[in-house]
Amino acid sequence: MAILEVIVQAMMLGGLYALFAAGLALVFGIMRIVNLAHGDFIVIAGFLALIVTWAIPVHPFVSLLIVIPVMAAIGYVLQRGLLNRIVGADPMAPLLVTFGLSILIQNALLQAFSGDTRKLQAGAIETSSMSIGGTAVGHYPILVFVVAVGVIWGLQTLFYKTRLGYVLRATSDDAQTVRLMGVDHRHIYAIASALAFAVIAVAGVLMAVRTNFDPTLGPARLLTAFEVVIIGGLGSFWGALIGGMVLGLAQAIGARIDPGIQMLVGHVVFLLVLLVRPNGLMPKVGH
Amino acid sequence: MSNTLLSLDGVDTFYGEFQALFDLSIEVGVGECVALVGSNGAGKSTLLKVISGLMSPRSGTVSLRGENIGGVGAETVVKKGVTLVPEGRRLFPSLTVEENLLMGAQAKRGGPWSLERIYQLFPNIAERRRNLGGALSGGQQQMVAIGRALMTNPDLLLCDEISLGLAPVVVRELYERMATIRAQGMAVVIVEQDIGQASKVATKLYCLRSGRVVLEGSPSSLSRQQITEAYFGLETTAHGHS
Ligand SMILES: Nc1ncnc2c1ncn2[C@@H]1O[C@H](COP(=O)(O)OP(=O)(O)OP(=O)(O)O)[C@@H](O)[C@H]1O
Ligand SMILES: [Mg+2]
Repeated sequence: MAILEVIVQAMMLGGLYALFAAGLALVFGIMRIVNLAHGDFIVIAGFLALIVTWAIPVHPFVSLLIVIPVMAAIGYVLQRGLLNRIVGADPMAPLLVTFGLSILIQNALLQAFSGDTRKLQAGAIETSSMSIGGTAVGHYPILVFVVAVGVIWGLQTLFYKTRLGYVLRATSDDAQTVRLMGVDHRHIYAIASALAFAVIAVAGVLMAVRTNFDPTLGPARLLTAFEVVIIGGLGSFWGALIGGMVLGLAQAIGARIDPGIQMLVGHVVFLLVLLVRPNGLMPKVGH
Repeated sequence: MSNTLLSLDGVDTFYGEFQALFDLSIEVGVGECVALVGSNGAGKSTLLKVISGLMSPRSGTVSLRGENIGGVGAETVVKKGVTLVPEGRRLFPSLTVEENLLMGAQAKRGGPWSLERIYQLFPNIAERRRNLGGALSGGQQQMVAIGRALMTNPDLLLCDEISLGLAPVVVRELYERMATIRAQGMAVVIVEQDIGQASKVATKLYCLRSGRVVLEGSPSSLSRQQITEAYFGLETTAHGHS
């Protein structure tokens, strides 16, 4: 059944794209920084998992036990050591710094790993499937979607139901005033960045199991994440999931019509949403 | 040990090249209520920012119970027991009233103040605990701002123009509550442009002009005329310090 196949494809793409976007939205939401190296860090997470699986023969999913904390630590240190210096400065500064970082990362990865395409081998789950009404529905697409929903739900809950959540929101509102409550805003920014990088770790590994990757893929992932954030809006983390699903569905339908126009259809739908609802499908409500 | 809680000695403070405070010295005793008055731009808010750690003095000392806290940063100063109710209230707009209050508890200081006590003190914000801070009236927002500061359980509470933009009846209510708050033995520094309100509650008054203390004394010992002259800089009396 063609429709079911398209939906399954959309669930996987959409889930992956939501994970690409969630970290970008989180960092922008809290610190008003656009990290142009976001996509390159997704690629770094893929390479990190590759190294881990080379060093110890574990399944790529198990490697997340190492990749997530390492990426979170990178996020914390990057924020504390570099990006905190330019938060709140004129918006051009973070763009320039992270653009430079993006080029640096791509070149470093090329030096270290060459331009060869790589892939994480996840074994049977990559191809296993179940039959629904005669249509083969892959386990992996379902897994990606479930993980994406879980991560988004987790972020949403963390932000709106926990103490760390209101401290993060307060810091985003007014970084000077939280200091009067004993909160070190530089530390909270770094925590937000660490969270974003933990999500990047999951996104990177799921991507690297699904497709070939190489050191130059970062900017394309960044573009996707941008489109998802703009489609979804900044009102809630669920916006990232909705944005991801819209883009994923558009691409899945495009691919069905002609595999050559998959990306094009995605971009067109993005532009349409931008035209009709410039603040996204789940906009931030004004105070 | 004397009963001095806070003393500033010879403090100079700058915004870039602009000097906002000149060789400024003040003292606040344990449990004392000090009023700081002065016209627009006199340096009142700057002084409170220096005490609360939001700004560093370029020279001079800020000492709390004999310990120098100048330049250690607001997040450290609040843990030592000094907190500021900032000018313009500065509630966190994306937090509920209750979350705003709980932010004060982040300072992790024990003491008499808890959510319950704040809601007892200001019953009309208790009803709005689930509302966003921005959805409250100006007076209610000021109550949340004061409550949030109290949640840090300070020994010294700095209040920057809490009556600004509020109806007289609301201001009277706030100052009545201030008496209840002070009954806990906490010292308070009140900044107001309105001399009347501040000198009614204070035991000591400093008048600032152009970043300098131009008059100090107990409100009862100073005449209305002395204060007005110092306030507006009519150099007729010789009570000025600098
Ligand atoms: N962020 C700033 N940058 C530069 N100069 C400043 C800044 N804030 C205040 N000033 C200057 O410092 C001086 C003291 O300002 P301050 O805010 O302390 O006055 P104030 O007594 O609180 O006045 P008001 O009653 O209007 O609140 C003023 O001349 C003001 O212009
Ligand atoms: Mg002021």
